[in-house]
Amino acid sequence: MNVIAQTLARCADNKRKALLPFLTAGYPDEKTFLRLLEDFGDAGADLVEIGIPFSDPLADGPVIQQASQHALEHGMTVARTLGLLRSLNGTYPAPRILMSYYNPVRAYGLQRFVDHAQSAGVSGLIVPDLIWEEGAEVERVCRDNGIDLIYLLARTSSPQRRRQIIRKSRGFVYLVSVTGVTGAKTSFSPSILNWIRRVKQESTLPVCVGFGITTPAQAQQVSRVADGVIVGSAIIDLIRHTGDPGRAVGRVRDFLRQIRKGIDHD
Amino acid sequence: MSALQELDGEYRRARRDRGFTSELRELMETYAGRPTPLFFARRLTHKHRGARILLKREDLAHTGAHKINNCLGQALLARRMGKKRIIAETGAGQHGVAVATVASLFGFACTVYMGEEDIIRQAPNVARMRLLNAEVVAVNAGSRTLKDATNQAIRDWVTNVESTHYIIGSVVGPHPYPLLVRDFQAIIGRETRAQVQRRFKQLPDAVVACVGGGSNAIGMFHRFIADTSVRLVGVESAGKGLHTHLHAATLKKGSPGVLHGSLSYLLQDRHGQVRPTHSVAAGLDYPGVGPEHSFLKDNGRVQYETATDAAALRAFVELTETEGIIPALESSFALAYAGKLAPQLQASALIVVNLSGRGDKDLANPQVQQAVEQAAHQRRKNAASGTR
Repeated sequence: MNVIAQTLARCADNKRKALLPFLTAGYPDEKTFLRLLEDFGDAGADLVEIGIPFSDPLADGPVIQQASQHALEHGMTVARTLGLLRSLNGTYPAPRILMSYYNPVRAYGLQRFVDHAQSAGVSGLIVPDLIWEEGAEVERVCRDNGIDLIYLLARTSSPQRRRQIIRKSRGFVYLVSVTGVTGAKTSFSPSILNWIRRVKQESTLPVCVGFGITTPAQAQQVSRVADGVIVGSAIIDLIRHTGDPGRAVGRVRDFLRQIRKGIDHD
Repeated sequence: MSALQELDGEYRRARRDRGFTSELRELMETYAGRPTPLFFARRLTHKHRGARILLKREDLAHTGAHKINNCLGQALLARRMGKKRIIAETGAGQHGVAVATVASLFGFACTVYMGEEDIIRQAPNVARMRLLNAEVVAVNAGSRTLKDATNQAIRDWVTNVESTHYIIGSVVGPHPYPLLVRDFQAIIGRETRAQVQRRFKQLPDAVVACVGGGSNAIGMFHRFIADTSVRLVGVESAGKGLHTHLHAATLKKGSPGVLHGSLSYLLQDRHGQVRPTHSVAAGLDYPGVGPEHSFLKDNGRVQYETATDAAALRAFVELTETEGIIPALESSFALAYAGKLAPQLQASALIVVNLSGRGDKDLANPQVQQAVEQAAHQRRKNAASGTR
């Protein structure tokens, strides 16, 4: 059993909803990025997601676009991202999931990327522009290296497509709660919550929800039906608005603790 | 992904539907003004002292470029799918104008994404789109050109996919776009082939078209693929030179990569980040290229060449002076290469250049204004020396 499944199973045993915060690698700078990541454990994170910046992040809204561009302008690459993660190795408590658009992975070399990711302590991979129809090779390489390939499932997917994605996903099923890009404002209507319930019924894997969760109240709403919540743009936005990187770690910790409180309702 | 499957299914059904094909044919004739003429450019031919140069006059199609062919086809598909709103990206603004035009024709709401830099250099087309009641949204991310406008259009589409159809302007993007855009543009090559045969009782020796994303080129080439005696040449923008990074020569200098949902040649750095591009022609200023062009490069059927900004600007002025036709800057890259090719071929040979659009839109571009000034200066000098 991969460490992602173990962690989520432990959460379920303890009736705890999982919290998955997201950071863009190297944002706002390498040092602060690492401090934020190291602090996530204290802040109540169960797993962490790290995004490798890409020049053309199609699934991302303006907040993560700007963070990606900033990180790229400051020299962030796949190799440096993996180097930063390697520097955490050993003591770091939460499983790490890498998010990368396909082209940087392709340029690095798929096999090499997965090898190096694994030796940097990565347990899961999300490729937002990879559809399952094209995913066989990535699935195979990930499987051979003990990394979970996590597909995104959109609300617009037909029931057949939904079942395919559930079947192909490893670790957990990543539900995209909004019709749109990351960071979009949304209210979690009864129909969205029903959809999450339906996926849960169809899936033997845990179900985590991301895209558009920005407040503790939203996190609470979603966590009533999902196994975990993924929070990205709201964190990046907070870092950006804090300005002073020295203060960002504390502000993000406070914010994540509020989210934690929201999802520890029962 | 579901929307792409819906579009793919709808297109497959429409292709077999007489009602669809006959409505499209009628619109092409009565609205777009097809067939467009094939013009023998006598004075241009004389100047280059070589093969006869023929111009496929897509600049005379409604809205001033070949883009209308694709927009009419996709608008009919959008109506079949019950969409109320259409969106698009645009570089030179020719596609944006064509989309805004069909939106008026069919009564769709319309939003066009355009890079901030292109909004400045293609100002006349921005005014046309606004007059046509389209919302023009300035994109200030990244390089502020066509690539970033495409990113933003895709983000809009995934957000509003229920109500909205995305009319991609070139043979790029995820399947089925490269296929259906090619099919709607293939009328260019079908007409050209018949026109050349009717008038000259032979096939052309060479067919030349500019390549950005590659829609006018693939539309022109498609019918000629099986005619192996016909040399097919796609011309990319070498910008300020292939030795610099300031070009958009994707097929010449790029490597395989994934952008906007397809695997094709791509201008990228060694980390897989997409490179900024440069071309004086906004419509060629794109780091990717249609996947079918990558295929045609790899199998050798099409030869891909380049022309610099400077050569294209000279060709722009030259066609205006010799034939009274102001070509689009994009098409000027094809003209520049044809001018080089003509003297290498026999006088009996035929070269067809796809004149994909007209150049009125480019007159606000400072580099064009400079080229026009220089040409006027040269004419005055020539006239003065002639009287002595």
